[in-house]
Amino acid sequence: MKILVGIKRVIDYNVRVQVNREGTGVVKDGVKMSINPFDEIAVEEALRMKERGEAEEVVVVSVGPEAAQQQLRTALAMGADRAVLYQAEEEIQPLAAARALLQIVQAEDAGLVLLGKQAIDDDANQVGQMLAALWDRPQATFVSKLERSGDTLKAMREVDAGLENIEVDLPAVVTVDLRLNEPRFVKMPDIMKAKRKPLDIKPFAELGVEMPPQLEVGAHEPPPKRQGGTKVESVAALVQALKDKGVL
Amino acid sequence: MSAHDEGIERDVMEYDYAIVGGGPAGLACAIRLKAKLPEANICLLEKGSEIGAHILSGCVMEPGPLDELMPSWRDNPPAICVPAGTDEFRFYTRQRSYKLPTPPQMHNAGNFIVSLGELCKQMAAQAESLGVEVFPGFPGRHPLIDGEGDAARVIGVRCGDMGREADGTPDGRPGDNFAPGVDIHANVTLFAEGCRGSLSKQLIRRFELDRDAMPQTYGLGFKELWQLPEGRTTPGLIQHSVGWPLDNATYGGSFVYHLDQDRVYVGYVVGLDYADPRFSPFEAFQQFKHHPDMRALLAGGEIIATGARTIIEGGWQALPKMDMPGALLIGDGAGTLNVPKIKGVHQAIRSGMLAADHLAAAGEPAGYDAAFRASAAGEELRKVRNIRPGFNRGLWFGMANAALETVLGGRSPWTLKTHSDWDSLNSLAAARAHDGQAAMAANWEAERSLPPRDRLASVYFANTAHEEAQPVHLRVADTSICATRCAEEYGNPCTRFCPVGVYEMVDDGQGGRQLQINASNCVHCKACDIKDPYQVIDWVTPEGGSGPNYQTM
Ligand SMILES: Cc1cc2nc3c(=O)[nH]c(=O)nc-3n(C[C@H](O)[C@H](O)[C@H](O)COP(=O)(O)OP(=O)(O)OC[C@H]3O[C@@H](n4cnc5c(N)ncnc54)[C@H](O)[C@@H]3O)c2cc1C
Ligand SMILES: Cc1cc2nc3c(=O)[nH]c(=O)nc-3n(C[C@H](O)[C@H](O)[C@H](O)COP(=O)(O)OP(=O)(O)OC[C@H]3O[C@@H](n4cnc5c(N)ncnc54)[C@H](O)[C@@H]3O)c2cc1C
Ligand code: SF4
Repeated sequence: MKILVGIKRVIDYNVRVQVNREGTGVVKDGVKMSINPFDEIAVEEALRMKERGEAEEVVVVSVGPEAAQQQLRTALAMGADRAVLYQAEEEIQPLAAARALLQIVQAEDAGLVLLGKQAIDDDANQVGQMLAALWDRPQATFVSKLERSGDTLKAMREVDAGLENIEVDLPAVVTVDLRLNEPRFVKMPDIMKAKRKPLDIKPFAELGVEMPPQLEVGAHEPPPKRQGGTKVESVAALVQALKDKGVL
Repeated sequence: MSAHDEGIERDVMEYDYAIVGGGPAGLACAIRLKAKLPEANICLLEKGSEIGAHILSGCVMEPGPLDELMPSWRDNPPAICVPAGTDEFRFYTRQRSYKLPTPPQMHNAGNFIVSLGELCKQMAAQAESLGVEVFPGFPGRHPLIDGEGDAARVIGVRCGDMGREADGTPDGRPGDNFAPGVDIHANVTLFAEGCRGSLSKQLIRRFELDRDAMPQTYGLGFKELWQLPEGRTTPGLIQHSVGWPLDNATYGGSFVYHLDQDRVYVGYVVGLDYADPRFSPFEAFQQFKHHPDMRALLAGGEIIATGARTIIEGGWQALPKMDMPGALLIGDGAGTLNVPKIKGVHQAIRSGMLAADHLAAAGEPAGYDAAFRASAAGEELRKVRNIRPGFNRGLWFGMANAALETVLGGRSPWTLKTHSDWDSLNSLAAARAHDGQAAMAANWEAERSLPPRDRLASVYFANTAHEEAQPVHLRVADTSICATRCAEEYGNPCTRFCPVGVYEMVDDGQGGRQLQINASNCVHCKACDIKDPYQVIDWVTPEGGSGPNYQTM
């Protein structure tokens, strides 16, 4: 089985995001970019499945700017076998990403698609679900435990009420949650090896995906400034303060 | 190396040259080495999560050396790059300020205000395109030394381990995701760690490189990037001040560099030889921002980024020997900064280039120290050698001495002494008896309306992060003195000199006090390693990629 993992290049989660002065977007100049953390977890899971003999090949793919090669190289250094970048400098909205991934999944004949449950830049939480619908295959979302047995996957999902265990038939789409695993550290010799692994760069147009914008962004605003807090002396005072505010 | 290393298998990687530190010195050296020796295998390690993440500088740069190294930089300037305009030098009192003649070293015509972090990213891209292997997120943790006594020789560097978990021992234990750091073996290892490098410190001691040097001295610098309401800035304007809120005995001053798009860099530098243990450099900076001149500039603006880093100030007479068997110290890891100019970038670049030229010609480290001292960069340091130490006798003596030294062009037949910073503190009792700084100390926290509210609010803008499970990277050899001797003698100055409040004295639950180290806030400035009066704090590299994530600093 071939596993396809989607990788999005996003602003690093340690960076404090700033809205630009015009309010038309966020500042990206000179800002540190990384793999969407959930996608890193997806790569790790794919590698573990391969190491357990549940898959033969791990292919990482990104639809995005030329610079996303950096993030693909990181995934290759973690252990992915090869990478493909469909280069698009314009913004890719969730439906366009799902349509693009569908083309790639079919061309690669992948048996499993692992994606992050959401990207931490737009927090849309849509691509996995849309892809499953377009592909007409089962989905397991918010997965925090994953195991293959034959042609099915056993997945544990994080849901509002707790945890849910489901089984899905392969081929399938799985979106991963934070607790699924802890990604490995990239090792220096593997960074060197990753430089020699195949990374294909293709024009986005090659996918033949129409992507009229579905969403229009009205404005960007920073969250309202927080008011200063107060200190309370004791637990009793805290409980009282919460009661006064009607929280308890 | 600790007992924990036994039984750990490490990969070994071989290079012709290994460079530790991706600042201007290390990157310049890498670029120049590749130009001179295209076949050489070169790697460069950087502890920050990306190149520039740990770089904090003013920064008004003299472009000459960079022009020589990488003439193309002007066509593709870093994200912040504003040609220097007018220079202004002022003396501050509590309510007023007076224009002083700008000292000749501080004229900046032809220079550029840049984000050094951004410039380093560009230099790293250049180095990589030439074939240098650049590894951000990989700290050098120990120098590797082969042989004993006079036969000892640096053979490379051990990278830091990833995935250690704190367990009460200094090095912790390997966790589930443990990845041992590789050993890098190199014909020559170049240490370019910047001010107070943790490996450079070990090497200086091991090879007694400072045997013929006077004590090294340092300053602590703060910097904030502000976005201001429209129309207040003059792009290119370079302002410096001395005076309030520092008293006459304390060395330091401010810088305000006006950028484009209504942004300014605001910063403050304090000599770490200050004497009053109650003094807080961070509070001094915040007080300065509340001077009427500054408040008028900043009020209504917004902070975009903050950070702090020490500056090496010993100059010519404190410069250690820069070569040793198998290795070189370059840039501020040795101390090549020109203090009267407060400029170290052009000197760091020169020292890196010179190291490359020397290695390409001589093939070995020996002789680099002499070559550096005889170079234009060395001469620049020698000429100004007496200016900073003159300020040990106070601001006015220092300024008069500086004027004299400038007229003499460094030809004065004497060399003033430097002194170490860790033993410059007066006792608490002595400081209390003194009223200069003491009167001011009482005021440190007064009248503060501009952000940040305090050090914790400030460090939020440094985007600093350390994986919490890892062992504490601030090794305090003896914490038994914190609540007793140090509390009595100095009132725990670490709780004040650390720019981000890493050190706290807290209740120990038994009616006493104990030291708490909030290591995850550390911004790698190295002030504690320098100023701790008992010299029991040892700053070591944490897990790779930990620390600040400075953007456009
Ligand atoms: C990449 C990424 C994406 C994430 N996405 C999501 C998501 O989509 N949805 C979601 O629900 N979660 C998400 N999380 C997780 C979420 O951000 C954290 O789990 C959550 O913020 C943890 O909150 P906490 O209060 O446990 O701890 P912290 O985040 O550590 O603390 C939050 C606040 O509490 C303060 N605090 C901490 N300890 C104490 C204490 N002992 N006493 C007083 N104050 C304290 C801190 O100073 C801080 O201001 C994500 C995390 C990451 C890394
Ligand atoms: C507040 C302030 C203002 C300044 N203003 C100016 C100015 O206006 N003009 C000017 O010319 N100069 C200025 N300087 C000085 C200038 O920044 C330094 O002289 C210059 O950065 C020194 O370059 P360097 O390469 O030697 O070291 P650094 O720039 O300090 O770079 C060292 C690099 O090595 C990395 N490193 C350290 N240890 C390790 C390790 N063990 N393993 C891996 N990586 C490591 C660090 O993370 C860092 O990236 C200022 C400095 C400060 C602090
Ligand atoms: S702990 Fe030390 S190195 Fe870290 S920020 Fe504080 S003074 Fe600087």
